Amino acid sequence: MTISKTEIKKIAELARLKLTTDEETHHAKTISAVLDYMNILNEVDTTGVEPTAQVTGLKNIVRYDEVKPSGLVDKLVKNMPRVERGELVVPAVLED
Amino acid sequence: MIMNLNELTLTQAQEGLRAKKFTSVELTQACFDRIKKRNKEINAFITVCDESALQEAMAADKLIASEKAQPLTGIPFAVKDAITTADVRSTGAAKILDNYVPPFEATVITKIRSQGGVLLGKNNCDAFGHGASNENSMYGPVRNPHDTSKVAGGSSGGSAAAVADHQCIYAIAEDTGGSIRQPASFCGVVGLRPSYGRNSRYGIMPMASSLDTVGPITKTVEDTAIIMEAIAGQDPKDATTVYDTVPDYSKGLTKSIEDLVVGIPKEYFDVPGMDKEVASSIEKQIEKLKKFGCKIKEVSLPYTKYSIAVYYIIVPSEDSSNLARLDGVRYGVRANEKDLFDLYAVSRAQGFPEEVKRRILIGTYALSAGYYDAYYKKAQQVRTLIKEDFEKVFEDVDILLTPTSPFPAFGIGEKANDPLALYLADVMVSPAAVAGMPALSIPAGTTKTGLPVGVQLIGGRLQEATVLQFGYALEQESS
Repeated sequence: MTISKTEIKKIAELARLKLTTDEETHHAKTISAVLDYMNILNEVDTTGVEPTAQVTGLKNIVRYDEVKPSGLVDKLVKNMPRVERGELVVPAVLED
Repeated sequence: MIMNLNELTLTQAQEGLRAKKFTSVELTQACFDRIKKRNKEINAFITVCDESALQEAMAADKLIASEKAQPLTGIPFAVKDAITTADVRSTGAAKILDNYVPPFEATVITKIRSQGGVLLGKNNCDAFGHGASNENSMYGPVRNPHDTSKVAGGSSGGSAAAVADHQCIYAIAEDTGGSIRQPASFCGVVGLRPSYGRNSRYGIMPMASSLDTVGPITKTVEDTAIIMEAIAGQDPKDATTVYDTVPDYSKGLTKSIEDLVVGIPKEYFDVPGMDKEVASSIEKQIEKLKKFGCKIKEVSLPYTKYSIAVYYIIVPSEDSSNLARLDGVRYGVRANEKDLFDLYAVSRAQGFPEEVKRRILIGTYALSAGYYDAYYKKAQQVRTLIKEDFEKVFEDVDILLTPTSPFPAFGIGEKANDPLALYLADVMVSPAAVAGMPALSIPAGTTKTGLPVGVQLIGGRLQEATVLQFGYALEQESS
């Protein structure tokens, strides 16, 4: 297989995804098949070909960075999973 | 026979409202009656806005009464759930956003609602647009109204099914690599992927930012033209929207296509697994164009066969980056974990379906140090070659005609265990997406068993008017 279960485990950790052992096995299998298919691109000689990141041809589109009230604070807070005294609660990042 | 109001096209509904034959409230109620009757079976809606829609319809009726109606005033429409709607739940068909009520809204939706459009509800889809069968929704698959044992297509399966089943007058959906066109073909309705940059992407849940587009799914080509006039154009909130003037699409529809050149790209016809009935339906469309006096020219787009590989590297890569924002911290559903790492990892594990996880994993791998050049950069280079294929061919032809899908709607569950087979279903729709070209799918008859077939018209960049002009000509002939 192109990608091993161990590699899937490592990628899942980087991507912050908790997988079960069954999922690791299954993803190793299906993702290997997909990556094997991608080898078709090796047939193409891309020496000197510029990569295309977007197709519009637009460059350096800018706007003024104005500070203005969003008026959305209440709605944003309402969407938060855990709130105390109007503030978002998260687990401690630094231990004391 | 008196037609049910929900079965009207946008153009017919407009006329009826203006002539005061019926009200927007009646039209909206007719759609809700249909949704209530059918949603359990078809599953095209995740959220239905009964109360707010009737209020919007009443307000629209007032506008119409005071002769202030605009083209979309009072017309009930539905929106793919991966497009945000202010104060209306938008899940993207993933449980991580099960409770998410966006405080802001996609620009295209604001444009429609500011005309007095009536928002009926949110359509089921593959979660965040990941899929071609609508089986990757965490709210269940959408069933094809023509045969409920078949898929509706995806990712915008709910939108296409809702339009085909007359649960709304039209729908707004999103097409990254076929998500409007393929379900439109499976359900027998019209679907337009506009050129990348033609319509604002602001407020859609981003999938692959360099490929995502927003467009309509409708009952007729004329309806698509009317909606495009309302939603297209530059948006200061989306730096990738182009500044080009939005043409008068409706006026251009009736222009003659005589003497125009139609390219038939041979790579789209010798595809493995190509259904014979689909092939013969497309042949009939080519014959029709000959009758119209079009010149038919066989052309070649040699890099076509690499587009699936390019697409399925670029999409998961950009997906994995875009979806990093969904972590259960600031909004959405948070897992009850004390440790921060577990909070992220478990919220995401519980809130994403299998296909979303697969794409995040592929993307994370393809973008990681040591693999970036081999995958993402290589895909972007081949993308250049695919784009050049199209640019070269449009020096010689006005339009390209292809099937939308090599086969009609397949059975629910038939391809569910083989993700690669499902990726390959995008073979006809991914090249135009990779190149940023506009492409329209319109109905092209049905198979013997009654399943719709779609024909795809691909135009040069920003040539939506030409695409719609051809679509309109073919549509008139079929009726």
